[in-house]
Amino acid sequence: MKIYADNAATTKMSQTAIDTMLDCMQNVYGNPSSLYTLGQKAKERLEETREEIAKIINAEPREIIFTSGGSEADNQAIISAANIGKKKGKTHIISTAFEHHAVLHTLNKLKKQGFEITLLPVHENGVVDVNELEAAIKDETILVTVMTVNNEIGTIQPIAEIGAVCRAHGVIFHTDAVQAVGHLPIDVKAQQIDMLSASAHKFHGPKGVGFLYAKKGVVLSNLIEGGAQERGKRAGTENVAGIAAMAAALKESAANMDGDKERLTKVRDYLIKGLSEIPHSALNGDEKQRIYSNVNFCFEGIEGESLLILLDRKGISASSGSACTSGSLDPSHVLLAIGRIHDVAHGSLRLSLEENATIEEADYIIEAVKEVVAHLRSFSPVWRDLVSGKKEFILK
Amino acid sequence: MALYSDKVMDHFLQPRNVGVIEDADGVGEVGNAKCGDIMKMYLKIDDDIITDVKFETFGCASAIASSSMATELIKGQPVEDALKLTNKAVAEALDGLPDYKMHCSVLAEEAIQKALEDYKSKQENTSQN
Repeated sequence: MKIYADNAATTKMSQTAIDTMLDCMQNVYGNPSSLYTLGQKAKERLEETREEIAKIINAEPREIIFTSGGSEADNQAIISAANIGKKKGKTHIISTAFEHHAVLHTLNKLKKQGFEITLLPVHENGVVDVNELEAAIKDETILVTVMTVNNEIGTIQPIAEIGAVCRAHGVIFHTDAVQAVGHLPIDVKAQQIDMLSASAHKFHGPKGVGFLYAKKGVVLSNLIEGGAQERGKRAGTENVAGIAAMAAALKESAANMDGDKERLTKVRDYLIKGLSEIPHSALNGDEKQRIYSNVNFCFEGIEGESLLILLDRKGISASSGSACTSGSLDPSHVLLAIGRIHDVAHGSLRLSLEENATIEEADYIIEAVKEVVAHLRSFSPVWRDLVSGKKEFILK
Repeated sequence: MALYSDKVMDHFLQPRNVGVIEDADGVGEVGNAKCGDIMKMYLKIDDDIITDVKFETFGCASAIASSSMATELIKGQPVEDALKLTNKAVAEALDGLPDYKMHCSVLAEEAIQKALEDYKSKQENTSQN
């Protein structure tokens, strides 16, 4: 059996997106800045897609800027807010400990420039406390940036509540919604979001394309200087084919969202129940306040990379927050942020389901994980010490 | 391109000399769970020859493969030769490791050296008694 369960990393492009992209590349190859018909045709296509995307998140077309993806959108949003702050003498930014590195590394850069950064705790359940957030806001606060859905543990943040608090205090609110757009309903007006980042390849669009929503009145700073594309806020000839494919994928994902949620929630909960049977394991993140496609576990006494390679041999593609898979000595900052200690965080497994995942596939995954975890524990010195009582179990 | 060589995959999927020697003459454990790698080596030594060796490893595929390969390289060898085992020899025998995984071969070397030290200190204690 082949099961792709790493949709939080990237998704397979939908046929509609591929068809749209091909059509654009073959027939709409003009430069949108050119005056002749072929160029204007591309310009029209671009503006149509801008309208389509804006409509899905209840924004105005002129509030959408196309980017190279989620990371660029995150960078531009945060840098723009920081520049607005500088002009007003406001240099405090609030975020969370478990944001994506596109956010955290940008904040680190600002810290070196003199900004004060407050990273809110996300607690054991992986959810921000709105009261704590409100308490952290001060006169100097210019920006609050909190992700909509965490990319590793899938927990959903109280975005509308955060939006209301920020609006009440006159603070700009940005959300990295890369894991949410196309999967959860987004309404930037109702949720009072000022800026939002999205990435096409997380909802069956192509890689290398994304968008930034910035509410009218929030002045954007350029990351890329050059031509006057995107109202002068993002230079470079537009990736028309990619952008059109993104819009096609988003329309499709948004239309299927409710059905996907209903079906996948059952598969997710079935997986959680099955994997919980493995002794000394624990679900990471809140059991209910999480996106319907995400399952994330820690298994004590084993290391994640070994687990992934053995699962791959059984046809299952998944990911882990172990140090070996992060390319550093530390395991995932997300797992550390929810209080998992290093020893346990190395043994994590993230499954992010495809929309067509079934209970039969979940059964296969559960059996495979049980087998692989038991195998790795059979020659793990850590497991031996735990079982013999030499060390105490961390996960009961 | 695959992440690991065929040899690494072979030793990861079918690790040699896995297990424990209850009455080992030397035991060495290195690494820590915090960093995500722990190796434990057990040696049975007879007349200064390593007659048996077993290992247990908590870690990534290259850590498991490095342990397995290291045990193969020293099994049946005189203690003198085992003391000269380097991490490079382990990595080369595995047809190479990615740069950021070289520390796995270092751990394997260290685990064996530690087990040999344990053996020597036990020897000294025995002769003193």
